[in-house]
Amino acid sequence: MKVSIFSTCLVDLMTPDVGIAMVEVLERLGCEIDFPASQVCCGQPTYNSGYLKDSKLAMQNMMLAFEHSDYVVGPSGSCIAMFHEYPKIFKGDPQWELKAVALKEKSYEFTQFIVKVLGVTDVGASLEGTATYHRSCHMTRLLGEKETPYQLLEQVKGLQLEPLKNSDNCCGFGGTFSVKMPEISEQMVDEKCGCIKDTGADILISADMGCLLNIGGRLSRKGEPVRIMHIAEVLNQHQSVVSRGGSRT
Amino acid sequence: MSLQTDKRDFSERTLDGLGDSFMRNAVGSAQDSLKTRRLSAATTLGDWEQWRNVGQLIRQHTLQNLDYYLEQLADNVEKQGGHVYFAATKEEASSYIRDVVVRKQATKVVKSKSMVTEEIELNRVLIEAGCELIETDLGEYILQMDDWDPPSHIVAPALHKDRRQIQRVFSEKLGYTGDETPENLAGFARTVLRQKFLEAEVGITGCNFAIANLGAINLVTNEGNGDLTAAIPKTHIAVMGMERIVPTLEEMEVLDNLLCRSAVGQKLTSYITVMGPSAAGETDGPEEFHLVVVDNGRSDILGSEFNEALQCIRCGACLNVCPIYRHIGGHAYGSIYPGPIGAVITPLLGGYDDYKELPFASSLCGACTDVCPVKIPLHEQLIMHRQNIVQQRRTGAGDRLQMKAASRLLSSPALFGRSLRFAHSASRLMSKRGRIVRGPALIHGWIHARDLKQPVKQQDSFRAWMEKRKGGAEQ
Repeated sequence: MKVSIFSTCLVDLMTPDVGIAMVEVLERLGCEIDFPASQVCCGQPTYNSGYLKDSKLAMQNMMLAFEHSDYVVGPSGSCIAMFHEYPKIFKGDPQWELKAVALKEKSYEFTQFIVKVLGVTDVGASLEGTATYHRSCHMTRLLGEKETPYQLLEQVKGLQLEPLKNSDNCCGFGGTFSVKMPEISEQMVDEKCGCIKDTGADILISADMGCLLNIGGRLSRKGEPVRIMHIAEVLNQHQSVVSRGGSRT
Repeated sequence: MSLQTDKRDFSERTLDGLGDSFMRNAVGSAQDSLKTRRLSAATTLGDWEQWRNVGQLIRQHTLQNLDYYLEQLADNVEKQGGHVYFAATKEEASSYIRDVVVRKQATKVVKSKSMVTEEIELNRVLIEAGCELIETDLGEYILQMDDWDPPSHIVAPALHKDRRQIQRVFSEKLGYTGDETPENLAGFARTVLRQKFLEAEVGITGCNFAIANLGAINLVTNEGNGDLTAAIPKTHIAVMGMERIVPTLEEMEVLDNLLCRSAVGQKLTSYITVMGPSAAGETDGPEEFHLVVVDNGRSDILGSEFNEALQCIRCGACLNVCPIYRHIGGHAYGSIYPGPIGAVITPLLGGYDDYKELPFASSLCGACTDVCPVKIPLHEQLIMHRQNIVQQRRTGAGDRLQMKAASRLLSSPALFGRSLRFAHSASRLMSKRGRIVRGPALIHGWIHARDLKQPVKQQDSFRAWMEKRKGGAEQ
């Protein structure tokens, strides 16, 4: 299966390891990977700030970048949710509406793609530790994908998942919200960190880098020894004795 | 009180809220318990999503045919001997009510909780006309006694106060000498209010829904004060926003089910009443009934891109899940309508001059949209507001420049590639031990509370890694 990687600007700039992990997991699952180099950003930061006209440029660039892809897979529920908004944004635009619909229909968040398209929940990963999972708002509510991360994490050998209190509450990132309203955002991320600490987990997992940068940055500032992992990195932890997708005892 | 409750800057109001640890605890725990109660009440209905769909359909249908239903309502109220007044502005609405009160030579007026009467500044107008006016909802009564402290929640107006504060208000203002148990405080207020009900010549209520084919109104309360306000005084004046209407009892039943569950996590509240003008020969109830239908800017919203905001049934569920409201509280919004729905409708009713910050007071997490029982796309409407605000060039020049620069960068592969190269070296100047410690205004707020790693070197970026692999595969 041919898969185009949408790395997202945050992964590109800040956490390339997440992109690499995603590629390695997908390749182990039999996907053929390509990376259309003309991709940049989904346009969300400017769109959510109200700069509609300007953000359309970024969106158009993305529609062209992935025009010839069969599947587009990204490590961020939030950015994929933005792709899913394109048809609404370009509704009635003869040049772009169909391209917008096409991109929406072939775009998947990383865990969503593995479970719903590849039909796999056990990717053969193993990681010793206690973790808690942060559900990102955009992935859960806007993209409407609630279950796939849990389905995959439940199969990770050695990993114990602790429930996170108030997991529905936003961590305070919200893209430009965190820099435009820093005082409110700080209180939100602080509360989130408290809930994470209460779980006793030593690993925090999420499927969105924005949330992880936000929460991770705050945990680090507070000196909390919690390890931050994108779900792609978790699923890429494997021992050579574990065969791909095979059953384990 | 008018729409505006606080003229200070949004940032000032926010800092006030953030600094009020008592209020934040109260709001936080109220949100947590209401969330659980709402979920269990919703589950008992069976297919909650289906109910939401029906609720949305009813609201949309009514709004699309609003002129028809309003006319039907007015005809049916008048047929039964009631009076209907359509007020275009808040001034028209409150002076009509004042005139009725003056004509009745009433000096004592009781009111039950109503957001729209806050909006039209009715209390001020009636007090200036020389009336003794008493709010009879316990929460509102507490706020009135506390020198008209503004409400901080649509459904629970005194959410920001605890029993100690209430005890203090009652003892300072009313000579209360009892303890701070809720039972005793409520019992005391009940004794005072009972007397007020008996003395009042005019009772003023809001209206949860008007029922067009009956020419009646529906009141939903947990204290029964609305019913007493409407039933005891000789004259009853009901005030409604022009969109708060349903075709028949059947639709009312659906919406009341959604309203009570969403607002307070109850299947139904203690008192759900349908009332209107008294029928001929009836000996109880008011002798005179007035229905005031308030426009006050709603016609402008009708049919606009914000039309769906008029679907609101004022349940307050969006406040109960909002992470921003959770931390800044209701007063920070500076409007009688706080929270996500307040951030949507306050700028519509009060204009961007005073309220252009409200649409930005959201992380767009979508919790509000998710919970809304009549499916208003609240976070999308906030983005629409932001677009209008940007279009009208009301954002700062700095913001515009940053966003223009960002959009150029994020839409051009060549520019982005080049800036990846520079990002690392530029950030070195601002970093200490791999962490950014200073920078432009844009990241200042971020690094105040959080550590931020430096961007990676261009050769370590993900795209460079992909390029190398591709190159390697081709060789």
